[in-house]
Amino acid sequence: MQAELIDIRNHLANFPPFDEMSEELLDRVVSSIEVEYFRAGSPILEFGSPNHWLYYIRSGAVEIFRRSGELYNRITEGDIFGQFGLLMHQKVRFPAKALEDTLVYRIPEETFRFLFEADDNFADFVEVEDKSRLRSALSRREKSNELMTSRVTRLISREPISAPCTVRLQEAARIMTDHGVSALLLMEDHGDHPRLKGIITDRDLRTRAVTEALPSETPVCEIMSEDLITIRASAFIFEAMLTMLHNNVHHLPVMDKREVRGVIALADIVKYESQSSLYLVSNIYHQQDVAGLKKVSRDVPDSFVRMVNEDANSHMVGSAMAGIGRSFTQRLLELGEEKLGPPPVPYCFMALGSMARDEQLVVTDQDNAMILDDSFVPDEHDDYFRALAKFVSDGLAECGYSYCTGDIMATNQKWRQPLSVWKQYFTDWIENPKAEALLNSNIFFDLDGIYGKTDFAEELKTLVAEKASNSQRFLTMLARNALNRTPPIGFFRSFVLEEGGQQRKTFNLKRRGTAPLSDLIRVHALACGSRAQNSFERLKAIGKTKLILDDDLGNLRDALEFIAIVRIRHQALAIEEGREPDNNVRPEDLSPFERSHLKDAFQVVSNAQKFLRFRYNAGVGRNVQ
Amino acid sequence: MSSKPVSDTTDPGNWPERYRALAQDARNPLLKEFYEAGCVAPDTPLADVPMVALDFETTGLDPSQHSIVSVGMVPFSLNGIQLGAARHWVVRPKLPLHQASVEIHGITHADIAHAPDLSEILEWIFDLLKGRVPVVHYRNIERQFMDVALKWRLGEGIQFPVLDTMAIEAHIYPERHPSRWQRLLGKRPISIRLSDSRSRYGLPHYAAHNALIDAIATAELLQAQIHHHFSPQTPIRELWL
Repeated sequence: MQAELIDIRNHLANFPPFDEMSEELLDRVVSSIEVEYFRAGSPILEFGSPNHWLYYIRSGAVEIFRRSGELYNRITEGDIFGQFGLLMHQKVRFPAKALEDTLVYRIPEETFRFLFEADDNFADFVEVEDKSRLRSALSRREKSNELMTSRVTRLISREPISAPCTVRLQEAARIMTDHGVSALLLMEDHGDHPRLKGIITDRDLRTRAVTEALPSETPVCEIMSEDLITIRASAFIFEAMLTMLHNNVHHLPVMDKREVRGVIALADIVKYESQSSLYLVSNIYHQQDVAGLKKVSRDVPDSFVRMVNEDANSHMVGSAMAGIGRSFTQRLLELGEEKLGPPPVPYCFMALGSMARDEQLVVTDQDNAMILDDSFVPDEHDDYFRALAKFVSDGLAECGYSYCTGDIMATNQKWRQPLSVWKQYFTDWIENPKAEALLNSNIFFDLDGIYGKTDFAEELKTLVAEKASNSQRFLTMLARNALNRTPPIGFFRSFVLEEGGQQRKTFNLKRRGTAPLSDLIRVHALACGSRAQNSFERLKAIGKTKLILDDDLGNLRDALEFIAIVRIRHQALAIEEGREPDNNVRPEDLSPFERSHLKDAFQVVSNAQKFLRFRYNAGVGRNVQ
Repeated sequence: MSSKPVSDTTDPGNWPERYRALAQDARNPLLKEFYEAGCVAPDTPLADVPMVALDFETTGLDPSQHSIVSVGMVPFSLNGIQLGAARHWVVRPKLPLHQASVEIHGITHADIAHAPDLSEILEWIFDLLKGRVPVVHYRNIERQFMDVALKWRLGEGIQFPVLDTMAIEAHIYPERHPSRWQRLLGKRPISIRLSDSRSRYGLPHYAAHNALIDAIATAELLQAQIHHHFSPQTPIRELWL
């Protein structure tokens, strides 16, 4: 290469895949280039015609089309095209046309093949489908967070301390003090091997034994916690964190098959991730009134930003924020019951939507409902539950969870009903689906009991899982609703590029990204009879039924993760800059990395919507907008 | 599209014939060979014309007083500029470097201390010129300096047709100098300098300034001009000078 061509080499070196190429290879590329000018509107590549060049845009802009003539992408300076044709029989697969006056650098097939052999990064870039590029982008990100790469066993610092479950309180307390542990595992004889039966923590000793003045002779099994929440030894630390958040427990026995390997405590993780969301959760439970909770709630955005800056993945952030939201709700219910007295009949407080899915972020409103025991008599009992619902709802609003604009809250009498009525609601929705009604009730198909008789919520989940998979009409309508919101095609300069070529200044990353994805995942999950609520869990459940191919499932997971993490980062940045976080993104706020991978992710969503339309026969007719 | 030819003489010159005559008269074997390689027929469509963009950096504007300090050349056609065949040479000027021009092209005394004389690279220059129509931006520099430089070194000058991107711009914007009245109304003159002309066609700005980049820039400009104002089928006789 002539040294005077350095200007051209430097231009290439600014853009992938040339940015990671050796100077020697770049020189070779430059020496092989032929420069060609295209006037705006003129065709560059026509479908099916032979192509022996890789095109690089030096200046101007180019539109790429599908075979059908539909706009596929709009690209500009530094972008390449023509690679798919080169890889596939040297025939043009995606026609290209100059949108503006455009200067291209053509790299001949021979050089293209040479680079393909000599430079792995180049080969990956041009060869892999957009989706695999998305995957490697995600895995690179996740490597940087220790919580996601370290196993829980790393937190175990000692042999588990245990005692037979027959020991007395006094003895248990002595063992814990001697060993300096905050939890004692209680074992039961089972043949040769003692088996884990329960756990007792120093909090249990304080709250259950001391405050209730139990005699020190009391067998410990009378106050121990059974139905233990445990975690497998191969789990990552963040999974332990999520388990603690979801179940509101502060100790987790680590199990290797049936064997207890140790116990990890909240404090162990907090040490790992100081000032974590777990710390915030424990703080919530120490508050004695709404004012105290409101004060704690001011730390929520900080905790969110910290997790984001520590490179947590979207599942971690979403679960942590949902865990925090649940904790506020639970504590408010406890305080409400203290104020109003014990409930006249059993009830379950239910979270709906993103909190139920464990996919909550900082900007969120409250969506909740109450399932009452069937012995509920409105005239006698509803005053109590209305007051309790109002107390919780007002409290949540104080803590930053604004009232639901659609009035999907337990304060609405319609959503404060006995279990039998709820069962009727769901049966109607599923067996007599009406498009509009379904659009409004979508949110109820993400549900989770978070306080009281959570069994009630489980019964509803069972009902939904059994009935939904059998109602084709219901699935078709749900699928149609899931197609109402589509992703953009991608970006072009500072614009969002829409199907059909329109350009917009901003777009809503929730409405155009995460929501269409969680909507379509919900349809498949319900079709599979899954009880899972979280979108990632639902994807796992769908995978077991083979309704969707493993590859496609992986792509959906990556797309969801990437769009969610961009949305999360966008909100974290707003908080750090003292702005009100929202879901509206301008393309200029996105890094080139985010733009290119978001585009890939949108493509995955778009394809998944096409499959959804086909699979549930949702193509004909249209539900209400 | 502009229908009027850029060449405004009624007889735009039958260059193939002139080349044959010049080949007869040329004494220097390089020159003889150059003319013998011939020139495309006047009716040849632009799409079929082999071209070479040529740019000189010089110590000044007057060929009788100033010298060439560097040469950039790149062969091309309407649908491709071949960067791999691009060449750039720094040559030793006959006359001392003028301080002002040093600043323009960034070639310093140190660069030229060991540079060859133009005569030592003529063989390579003719290799690229042979059979191609030279393309320049402002023909008075390249054509005249080349002629004078060869007269000085070989005792005989050179003649060739050129496509002049600056003349093409001047032709397209005949009224580029606004009248005083228009100027009062805020109309600005249209510049036909290389970089200003390029920006009208959406061509990129090059940070570097050397004879090779300018030659490439000129080749790109010609492609753009043909696509905007003429056609690949336009015969070359309408454009060459």
